Amino acid sequence: MIVFNNVSKIYHMGDEVVKALDHASIHIRQGEFVSIIGPSGSGKSTLMNIVGCLDTADEGEYFLDGMSIKRYSEKSLAMIRSRKIGFIFQNFNLISTMTAEENVELPLIYQGLSMNERKARVKEALEMVDLYPRRKHTPNQMSGGQQQRVAIARAMASKPSIFLADEPTGNLDQATGRQIMQIFHHLHEQGNTIVLITHDEHVAEQADRSIKIMDGKVYDETVGKEETDVPVSASAEETPSEETRQSRKEDPSA
Amino acid sequence: MILQSIKMALKSIKTNKLRSFLTMLGIIIGVFALVVLVSLVSGATNTITESISDIGSDMISVTMLDWGANNRLSIKEVESLADKLPNVAATAPAAQGSIDAKTKLKTENVMVYGTTPAYAEIQGYKMKYGRFLMKPDCENHTNVVVLNHDAAITFFGRDNCIGETLKLNGRAYRVIGVVDSGNQQMSMMSMLLNGGGMYTVYIPYTSLIRLASGIKLSVDSFYASAVDGNTGAAKDEINDYMMDKYGDEDMFYIFSQSEISEAMDKVTGTLSLLLGGIAAISLLVGGIGIMNIMLVSVTERTREIGIRKAIGAQPGVIRLQFLIEAMTLSIVGCLLGIVLSWITLQIINILANVSFGLSIPVILLSVLFSSGVGILFGIYPAHKAAKMKPIDALRFS
Ligand SMILES: Nc1ncnc2c1ncn2[C@@H]1O[C@H](COP(=O)(O)OP(=O)(O)OP(=O)(O)O)[C@@H](O)[C@H]1O
Ligand SMILES: [Mg+2]
Repeated sequence: MIVFNNVSKIYHMGDEVVKALDHASIHIRQGEFVSIIGPSGSGKSTLMNIVGCLDTADEGEYFLDGMSIKRYSEKSLAMIRSRKIGFIFQNFNLISTMTAEENVELPLIYQGLSMNERKARVKEALEMVDLYPRRKHTPNQMSGGQQQRVAIARAMASKPSIFLADEPTGNLDQATGRQIMQIFHHLHEQGNTIVLITHDEHVAEQADRSIKIMDGKVYDETVGKEETDVPVSASAEETPSEETRQSRKEDPSA
Repeated sequence: MILQSIKMALKSIKTNKLRSFLTMLGIIIGVFALVVLVSLVSGATNTITESISDIGSDMISVTMLDWGANNRLSIKEVESLADKLPNVAATAPAAQGSIDAKTKLKTENVMVYGTTPAYAEIQGYKMKYGRFLMKPDCENHTNVVVLNHDAAITFFGRDNCIGETLKLNGRAYRVIGVVDSGNQQMSMMSMLLNGGGMYTVYIPYTSLIRLASGIKLSVDSFYASAVDGNTGAAKDEINDYMMDKYGDEDMFYIFSQSEISEAMDKVTGTLSLLLGGIAAISLLVGGIGIMNIMLVSVTERTREIGIRKAIGAQPGVIRLQFLIEAMTLSIVGCLLGIVLSWITLQIINILANVSFGLSIPVILLSVLFSSGVGILFGIYPAHKAAKMKPIDALRFS
């Protein structure tokens, strides 16, 4: 469960102040598939970094599974990332000197798993994304779509409960994008929480619901009282999400 | 986790072969200098101390310095010291002279020692043939002579020459024994210590008085051995006795073999320390090279560090990884240095026909020191990597 309570992130660029997140409040339940949509520079990545405990809020509080992460040490945050969070980055973020299987194995080493357990999990994860035959390849020997699938396998292998994906299909063609989305649907069906960041409406539509973000301000209809200051126009934009959720079920690709 | 880190470290060394080698060069040279120099010094020291202990390290020598003193030691008095002083086992007066020796085969200058039977015991001589001087020889000042091995070979062409005659200053002496000369170094050493030649012969003290002018009944120098290796106690007793007799420490000089060893140890200890110090400095310089390259590596791999942190690496794990990388660099450098030293010593051994071996303590020391250098100079870069904020590291390009 992910709860943001008036979270702000402020960057100072010289005299200029950039509010990457401006009193954002969100509420994502366990097992939900949520998309976060907004234009470039609206603060999507900033939001994801805070959700993933890579970054901390300047104001407000973030509760992960009911615990405020405010007072956690770097070490505890690393443990949370290791056990609960699976990242899929826009630019893949694979380690270029390591092969696919070494990349997938790395988070398992940090989890302290035994060699046998690691080997089994690496095989399972790479088979899920159809890349087991390519396990000995390094990232620069693979296409973008393949690299993204390795990144997804890496996130899956550590069996987190929350998957955070920052524009996972942004750099890929449509067919490859659909393939990637199928994997996310599969992960969702297994009961995982999926937070998918995108600026693509079609991708956003495939989620249970969408959270809109604009200039650091977040519009999340499930957060009760805070919605009073949400502009009318933004609330209107949220109505289609209910329809898209139903339409997704008829979509054969889903 | 440590095993994984070592694997990763070796891999990153392999992927940057040239750079890693240049980085390790400082350590390689440092270890090479340390191991080769100290091995050479300790090899030389061993050879010398072996020679010294061959001579017998519990031997004490006493030399009179004031030739004009009137109450000089007599042979009897010197011999009685063994009974009077509890820690003194045996005493033997000794005088020496350089005298022409002649046989049918050869005429050559030899070092003649005039002494008593106890001399062989004090010096630890073993007889190869025949016997050493005995009491009746001295009491009757008979013309008998004991030869060392070199003298026997030179003057008679063989070492079993008992019963032959050697002419010393024209007087005929009967050969009664040949001393087992031990090893080569001993003769070298006794040559150095006594200022004599390779040919040494021993005759009764009383016989030497008749043979050489300037050698009198009074004793100018004698040797003593201690009971059960209590060299220090024996030396003190002799010193007290001499002080009682002469009341002036400038009248005589007492010296024990173990003092040579001690002086020797001091010299080589200082030498080792000096060489070790020079090597240590070059190792430190090597360490700075490692720190330099580790800092570069941390910066280059900032993104990788960010990724590792994002997928769950704790700061301590990152620190350990870079620390192990620094240590791996220095230890691999150290091992290469040791291998290089070994090769060099083998070459020296072949060229100079000696046998210097690697000194094990110095190898342990250099491994220890290199790991220390690795930790010392790896800790700052490792710490820098560990405390990077994951988000900043990920954004780095
Ligand atoms: N480290 C930083 N320093 C200064 N400003 C930053 C930093 N990170 C983000 N920002 C600013 O915060 C705002 C939100 O950035 P963010 O990366 O979250 O946008 P985004 O929604 O992910 O955009 P995109 O779709 O292009 O990835 C931007 O205006 C950006 O300039
Ligand atoms: Mg972004």
